[in-house]
Amino acid sequence: MAKSIDVSDLDIYYGDFLAVQGVNMTIRARSVTAFIGPSGCGKSTFLRSLNRMHEVIPGARVEGKVSVDGQSLYDANVDPVAVRRQIGMVFQRPNPFPTMSIYDNVLAGNRLNSKRMKKSEADAIVERSLKGANLWGEVKDRLGKPGMGLSGGQQQRLCIARAIAVEPQVLLMDEPCSALDPISTSAIEDLIHELKTQFTIVIVTHNMQQAARVSDETGFFNLKGAGQPGHLVEFNSTEKMFANPDNDATEAYISGRFG
Amino acid sequence: MSTTLTTKEAPAGGDPSPSWISERSGRGDAIFKGLTIAAAALILLALASVFIFLFTQGFAGFTQPAEVYSKYGSSFWGYVWPLLASTIVASLIALIIAVPLAIGIALVITQYAPSWLSTPVAYVIDLLAAVPSVVYGLWAGIYLAPKLVPIYEWLHEHLGFIPLFGDVVSSGRSISTAGLVLAIMILPIITAISREVFSRTPRLHREAALALGATRWEMIRMTVFPYGRSGVISAVMLGLGRALGETMAVVMVLSPGTLFTFNLFSGSNTPSIAANIALRYKERSEGTLEVLIATGLVLFLLTFAINFAARWAVARSERKLAG
Ligand SMILES: Nc1ncnc2c1ncn2[C@@H]1O[C@H](COP(=O)(O)OP(=O)(O)O)[C@@H](O)[C@H]1O
Ligand SMILES: [Mg+2]
Repeated sequence: MAKSIDVSDLDIYYGDFLAVQGVNMTIRARSVTAFIGPSGCGKSTFLRSLNRMHEVIPGARVEGKVSVDGQSLYDANVDPVAVRRQIGMVFQRPNPFPTMSIYDNVLAGNRLNSKRMKKSEADAIVERSLKGANLWGEVKDRLGKPGMGLSGGQQQRLCIARAIAVEPQVLLMDEPCSALDPISTSAIEDLIHELKTQFTIVIVTHNMQQAARVSDETGFFNLKGAGQPGHLVEFNSTEKMFANPDNDATEAYISGRFG
Repeated sequence: MSTTLTTKEAPAGGDPSPSWISERSGRGDAIFKGLTIAAAALILLALASVFIFLFTQGFAGFTQPAEVYSKYGSSFWGYVWPLLASTIVASLIALIIAVPLAIGIALVITQYAPSWLSTPVAYVIDLLAAVPSVVYGLWAGIYLAPKLVPIYEWLHEHLGFIPLFGDVVSSGRSISTAGLVLAIMILPIITAISREVFSRTPRLHREAALALGATRWEMIRMTVFPYGRSGVISAVMLGLGRALGETMAVVMVLSPGTLFTFNLFSGSNTPSIAANIALRYKERSEGTLEVLIATGLVLFLLTFAINFAARWAVARSERKLAG
């Protein structure tokens, strides 16, 4: 079910402001692809264009082509709601639904997809997803309690469980660990390793070590200058990016000799 | 805490007082605290004095001789219950019409409409609140009421088996018209507050729903409504409070009758409590004033009870969420 993503000549706008320009890349199925780069260079913007979340911001639009296993995402007849059901997303700040229990949070997406679900079926999905997110053991005795009662790291894993409960083809993660402590971070990194056997994972991170630890391929985004659009500088296997990048700017950024 | 550095009561004989103790900011806080307490006390005082006034002055109204209630009944309760019923029915009609409309408008403004449309619409709705109630009364009594008669006739003809839709008074000045005017009057406040709380739904939560593949309506149901619920209930309570207490518009729309019927189109319903006080206030006959004040007390207690019930319901549902 995991799928590959092809991006060609993608320009991303907020109204008239061109935020990201001319991105070309191929994201392989069942792999982890990381995006790194300085703040404001458009990593989040680009990530959100991969599941059509970008356009929920008024005035936001894209030009160019994104296709998932050959199916173009931005064709006129494609329903963005259907796209988002196939391409899940985990945000920078954990965002479980505050009015829902842990159980209901996990099932939120499934309930959208199919209104009627047998109790046993629902229970099975909750257990499988929470186990998948390495959270089952910690919450199995309090599934009826509000998701907001969990710690930040647990909330983020709950959000991951919610995203994988619908069995998406791709999982997009925007700095999923940036609000978390080191222990929660390492729990989520372990989880990413496990998840990539089933899902195509794209992760934005500001932590270079994290990119090196979890990803198979890495894209480096940068700004040409203040007010200029962000662009993809280099896209290569993570090993090569960190050992011997093609681009000098990549090397400077990764070795910390930046700006 | 063993440190005495931050307390002003620290013995003067100790170390010279460190420079980070600022007298000035302490005084500012004290003044602000005093003002806050004074304001809160003033509100409570006003409320208490209204209550004491209603209670001491109105108490005699409960036990007046039968003549004072004249044609309305033989005791205070016989007198007050039709008024109370009219008050509640008119306010209920207002809520039934205004609440869904207000929530709908607030949703369209915050979630659906582009800003070039939503800003002027919001502005116009706010303007509705600026119209004095006497003007609504004039407009509704003279212009709107007769225009509504055909609609009432139609309802009577097709749904007349429901006792609510009985014979229609030819002037159209019935409790349903009063309810409709009240609905228009409470629409802006409910809309404005709902709009505010809906627009404050955190983007984080809206995007959580959208990223799961929720349609816009599903997103609203999953995040905007739960997030805004207690705010909307407050808005409804404010609107209800205004409807219960509204005087002029009801005085000018209802032809004062003497009894309560369930027929919403009848011309003989009693006015609401507030309208009745305004209508009879000038009579000033022996005992009447006491009776009117006593009805005011009943209205006061009713609004109080409704507000408490609503707060309790909100608090309980929130406690359940916090689990
Ligand atoms: N909602 C928005 N409206 C307008 N401009 C935005 C919005 N979000 C981000 N931007 C702009 O787009 C550029 C890229 O931002 P972002 O994608 O958040 O960068 P990153 O995630 O790499 O830090 C920045 O210049 C930022 O100011
Ligand atoms: Mg970002």
